[in-house]
Amino acid sequence: MAAISREEVAHLARLSRLAVTEEELATLAGQLDVILQAVAQVGEVTAADIPPTSHSVPLTNVLRDDVVASCLTPQEALSGAPDAAEQRFRVPRILDEDVAS
Amino acid sequence: MTTTLPAYDEVVARYEPVIGLETHVELGTNTKMFCGCPTDFGGAPNTRVCPVCLGLPGSLPVANRAAVEATIRIGLALNCSIAQWCRFARKNYYYPDMPKNYQISQYDEPLCVDGYLDVEVNGEPVRISIERVHMEEDTGKTLHVGGATGRIHGATESLVDYNRAGIPLVEIVTKPIPGAGAMAPEVARAYVTELRDVLRSLGVSDVRMEEGSLRCDVNTSLNLPGEQWGTRTETKNVNSLRSVERAVRSEMIRQASVLAAGGRITQETRHFHEDTGETTSGRSKETATDYRYFPEPDLVPIAPDPTWVAELKAALPELPRLHRRRLQQEWGLSDLDMQSILNAGAVELIEATIAAGTTPTAARKWWLGELSRRANETGVELADIGATPAQVAELQGLVDAGKLTDKLARTVLEHVVAGEGSPAKIMADRNLEVVSDTGALTAAVDEAIAANSAIADKVRGGKVAAAGALVGAVMKTTRGQADAKTVRELILERLGVQG
Repeated sequence: MAAISREEVAHLARLSRLAVTEEELATLAGQLDVILQAVAQVGEVTAADIPPTSHSVPLTNVLRDDVVASCLTPQEALSGAPDAAEQRFRVPRILDEDVAS
Repeated sequence: MTTTLPAYDEVVARYEPVIGLETHVELGTNTKMFCGCPTDFGGAPNTRVCPVCLGLPGSLPVANRAAVEATIRIGLALNCSIAQWCRFARKNYYYPDMPKNYQISQYDEPLCVDGYLDVEVNGEPVRISIERVHMEEDTGKTLHVGGATGRIHGATESLVDYNRAGIPLVEIVTKPIPGAGAMAPEVARAYVTELRDVLRSLGVSDVRMEEGSLRCDVNTSLNLPGEQWGTRTETKNVNSLRSVERAVRSEMIRQASVLAAGGRITQETRHFHEDTGETTSGRSKETATDYRYFPEPDLVPIAPDPTWVAELKAALPELPRLHRRRLQQEWGLSDLDMQSILNAGAVELIEATIAAGTTPTAARKWWLGELSRRANETGVELADIGATPAQVAELQGLVDAGKLTDKLARTVLEHVVAGEGSPAKIMADRNLEVVSDTGALTAAVDEAIAANSAIADKVRGGKVAAAGALVGAVMKTTRGQADAKTVRELILERLGVQG
């Protein structure tokens, strides 16, 4: 059984705002499936006494004191932006007309 | 919709509401949740940003100890269990208010769970169950350009300021609240009011709804008695305590009208409009957002040391409900009197006025009388009326010192509310002080006697009651700024008559 379906890949592509053709979907679903199957093999050796791991280092409570540090200047902050106006990041229209209901 | 909306009484006679509240609180820390950028309100656009809150490659977030501590204190004040171990999570979404394309939040492992908050509604205790309290970060501010109204609809582009992105936010979520019936709107308001007071007493936030440091989303559904809970809507943009109550009420009426016509409620986000008191449809949850939460790999788990939690618990301040009970005793008030102070949102104002040197009676008189009346007339919260406790105390001080009569004090107060400065300054600027300087008053009395010699003779002849006309004449020349009793005594003295 496949670890990921074509529909799931299509859904993820939509969530990620990626335009994926039908052809690409088929290819990607196949490739992702191979990767996921490989990772699933690791799961098979999991013993009951090993909890799921999200962090590779055994650390907790890395906290910083509430002390103000230096910021970027607006010029620095905007220097990498594709577009800017009025000292703000300028982004294309967010809602398409047809979903703006 | 062209159909007439049903009356509220009909709605609650037929349906049972279930409400729920999600409240976001901006913490008053010095710095952001995961970086050292300052959090002050305002500031020129993009002046409080750094590689971390801009999500630049290679930057790493580190959690703010003060924000974690504040969240634990909120959890403790709301009688929650504090998690021994929890993680942050990435909430992924494509919207430019977060430069990272995700918001760092908490998902299935909130820092605080399963608490409650006791509130009072019309003197009756109501326990609101708290589902969770979790940490997250605020988003940037988006300015929509090109549309006619500055709204996102019809805009051709948007401009983003990330000063607010990354400011520590705490989200407090109630469990569903069934059984409130017709009182549901009041219960919602009482909860947010009490929560605000708790947060303020903890000193973790300035909790100003108008400035957005306390924001509230209200979930509402209706069902027929004995049936399953209905589909809920989530109302956003509820920016005052009054709006919380109005939003629940209007949403109940709207849903009842849809249901009564045989329609279905759509699970959706709705926007509350302050001007009309109604809600309109926002984005529908049917094309539901799928946030693909996963544990935040850039932040290690939080495992609060139980000793630390115990210390924080021991150091919690007196919570508002207990505090109010103590004040009621100190001020010697009946339950009813205390309730009217609570309803007016005047507890802290009166307390501060007394602390500034006024008696409980006088402080209560000003805040519940003149100032409450004005607040109602102008539709603002009492705390935002424009007069401070210090000013009210100063005003009463002038009355006590005999410099203002009660009537003059009310005039001065009007000018205080209008923002003209301190009562003493207004009294001087507008020449409103009681004419007590005996020289000036005696001159006014003599003038009145000379101008009304016939009346003066009657008084001299023993008709003391006739002196009233002379008092009136003096009050007229002093434009009401003399104390009538003093004037009367002075007149009788000048005419050589015993009062």
